[in-house]
Amino acid sequence: MKLQLSCVVQGRSRLGVLKGLGRTGQHSLEVPGCLLHTQLGTVPHLTQDTLHTMSNLPSVSQVTLSHIAEHQEALEEFKDGFRKFAGLHDTVLYCSLHDPATPCPTGHTTSKTVSVWGSGGRIELTVAKFMALQKTVQPDWYQSMADGETWPKNTSRKRVRKSVDRSLAHLDECLLVHHKSQELESVEVFGVVEGGDILEERLRSARETAKRPVAGFCLDGLQTGCMDQALRTQLITAVTTELPEDKPRLLQGVGRPDEVLACVEAGVDLFESFFPFQVTERGCALSFSFHISPELAVPALDEERDTAGEALQNGDLSLDDQTQMTSFEINLKDERYRDDFRPVVEGCGCYCCKNHQRAYLHHLLVTNEMLAGVLLMIHNTTHYHAFFGALREALANDEMDLLKRRVLGERKD
Amino acid sequence: MLFTLILFRVLLSALTKYPVSRKGRKTRKTKLPLHKHTPSGKRGDDIRPKPPLHVTCSTWLLPESCEADVNTSENIMSLKKALSAASPLTLRIVAECPVTKARACDLILPHSAVSTPVFMPVGTQGTMKGITVDQLEGLGCQICLGNTYHLGMRPGPDLIEKANGLHGFMNWKRNLLTDSGGFQMVSLVKLSEVTEEGVKFKSPYDGKEILLSPEKSIDIQNSLGSDIMMQLDDVISSTLKGPRVEEAMHRSIRWLDRCIAANKNPDKQNLFAIIQGGLNVELRKACLDEMTQRDVPGFAIGGLSGGEEKNDFWRMVTLSTDHLPREKPRYLMGVGYPVDLVVCVALGCDMFDCVFPTRTARFGSALVPWGSLQIKHNQYAKDFQPIDPDCQCPTCFRHSRAYLHALFKSDTAATHHVTIHNIAYQLTLMLSVRRSIVEGRFPEFIQTFMKRMFPSRDQYPGWAVDALASVNVTLE
Ligand SMILES: [Zn+2]
Ligand SMILES: [Zn+2]
Repeated sequence: MKLQLSCVVQGRSRLGVLKGLGRTGQHSLEVPGCLLHTQLGTVPHLTQDTLHTMSNLPSVSQVTLSHIAEHQEALEEFKDGFRKFAGLHDTVLYCSLHDPATPCPTGHTTSKTVSVWGSGGRIELTVAKFMALQKTVQPDWYQSMADGETWPKNTSRKRVRKSVDRSLAHLDECLLVHHKSQELESVEVFGVVEGGDILEERLRSARETAKRPVAGFCLDGLQTGCMDQALRTQLITAVTTELPEDKPRLLQGVGRPDEVLACVEAGVDLFESFFPFQVTERGCALSFSFHISPELAVPALDEERDTAGEALQNGDLSLDDQTQMTSFEINLKDERYRDDFRPVVEGCGCYCCKNHQRAYLHHLLVTNEMLAGVLLMIHNTTHYHAFFGALREALANDEMDLLKRRVLGERKD
Repeated sequence: MLFTLILFRVLLSALTKYPVSRKGRKTRKTKLPLHKHTPSGKRGDDIRPKPPLHVTCSTWLLPESCEADVNTSENIMSLKKALSAASPLTLRIVAECPVTKARACDLILPHSAVSTPVFMPVGTQGTMKGITVDQLEGLGCQICLGNTYHLGMRPGPDLIEKANGLHGFMNWKRNLLTDSGGFQMVSLVKLSEVTEEGVKFKSPYDGKEILLSPEKSIDIQNSLGSDIMMQLDDVISSTLKGPRVEEAMHRSIRWLDRCIAANKNPDKQNLFAIIQGGLNVELRKACLDEMTQRDVPGFAIGGLSGGEEKNDFWRMVTLSTDHLPREKPRYLMGVGYPVDLVVCVALGCDMFDCVFPTRTARFGSALVPWGSLQIKHNQYAKDFQPIDPDCQCPTCFRHSRAYLHALFKSDTAATHHVTIHNIAYQLTLMLSVRRSIVEGRFPEFIQTFMKRMFPSRDQYPGWAVDALASVNVTLE
């Protein structure tokens, strides 16, 4: 894995390509970019046929141990790794610990273990078990085991310090096993930067992690809902100055377009794409504009967008609020779409928008039909990845301010 | 669109396009005696009677040559014939089984041709259970169902009409069949009441009293724009006996006439009659007698597959096909279990529908030539072969039983995978049936099919053995 930066805008926003991905190194991923969010290797609601109606999908799929751990026995017997097990052929596989779309309960982390929640309940992982899993999953790259339980409000300084210490210890242990395992020879490890909302702990975690032989960094404990964007920006800015420039930084648990923009400006390279999934699950469709040239902008959306809760603009969400609609989407269940025969987003080239109308999606949603999830997932995923494309283009053309104005609309924040 | 879909379609079209040489058919024609159940009629490619004159859509008048008859008693029948001559349906009999009553036809409908025998998947709410229309088309589906009751309630006929009918609303380019709404009303709505006027019921959405009359049902189906509409019939439980059965039969005939009169689009939408009469031979015959005098483009066999004894079921089916005109399609409503399909094709039915393959997919039940496979059961957790190693569907092409088993715990896409497989299974089964009829080896097909489906002969259902024996197939 090699990060090739083509430019760094205003000292922090980085534009480039992550090269040499996959076993044979033939894959690459543009940054700022995002991974393809999956549940057990499947983009929620989609089969390979519906998934591949989309072009320009990210070359990296994210799977999480919270979904995989309970199938360890089957995978062990299968022997050929998760990618083949899931019928995925041509994708780079990144394996993380938790599913960013479902926050996991706290209070089960010990000094030697972390827990993941699958469909059958909690599974406790020691480093040994964690590494045994990685050996059966055989990802191209994985996140080191880490204690990220600093996100609840009012987490004590002591607990934050403990999470940094434990995560470093887990990393060392993981690396030890990793280097002794032949089957993980060409697999990359990302170290996890913890530190809650305490600047010194963040810096300590970043500096120490950077000393280890890792390919890149996961920034954990900064997810939407546990702090406002101002603090998040401040912490990420401080952390990224401590991290080597030639290694990628993946921010966990942040996906809202406004937050993505701010975090890119703070120096983040990679995001997880769970946000379009969350939007789909609440029956909504992403509709925010990110086209810089005015003729491509979507003027009709402004009147619709203002229906989303104003309170959500302030960035001080609690985690529960992640199920609530944001100003970047429209609620197709709303009666106003009953006889709206326009596509979800005019000019969108996705399968949903090319073939179906809002009225049909409205009907599928009110009748609880499963096709609603399929079509919304296709549109939302397409829209979200196109937003990242626009983001890279804006960086290349030095038009970030224009893009921000477009995405954030009339908001003054 | 996609490799797997394309591959699957190529395979399917290879199945459909077996050569039927004109010569071969001619030989069979001379060799075989007319089936004893075959009503008189010319054999040939297009067996639908040719109109005396070309009737254009713009002039719904009697052809000139019939003008002399205008004031005679024949008037009504001539008018009906003239209208039906222009009905938007053509049935070409491609082959008839020399042993059983099975037949393979090309059914030409407004949106595309349909190869029969055909299984029609049910898309109740204007969608096929999480499958996109492209996927459904990729599976080779040529016709599917929509439910008038559900669609009439939500989103309502006006909205669907505005969206250019159900085809436009769901963006389905091939054929659609809609039911009358009566069946759902009687089975889903507790407080429904049947009078001569129609079916009265309280809307489950706003409690308003609604009357579904034959005219209303056709009105809604006209708005939906389906290629085949079903008449409103007086639905009763298939196990009911006594005078109510007779009343329902007679009423269904009267309602058929009202439906025919109410159809605003006879040039674009076909109206099928539904044969009633419960399990009573005389009533069935009477109904067949009356309804076949109406010149409708096709017939459905109704009032069955509602929990009656299978012995009664198949006798009513075979009685019906004995009396239905050879040149019109026969649709057996609500039948879709693989064994039932094969037996009822042998009894002479062309079209089938059932929610079973899509409904059962939701519970992880995958259809296979040896029955079904409960993918959620733990025995499949480490089973790395596809659902059916011989199946060519996109699911079996890519995924193992073990992966699907695991995915059922995480995501609804698991259901979609099994739904796709099950629809593919049903469609492929019917294509294999068709091919065997065309190639003159349907009786052999039945033997092989039954041997694969049941572990031993003594497990063959008695009714299927009897039904097949009645059409000269003795199971080995
Ligand atoms: Zn779209
Ligand atoms: Zn299959």
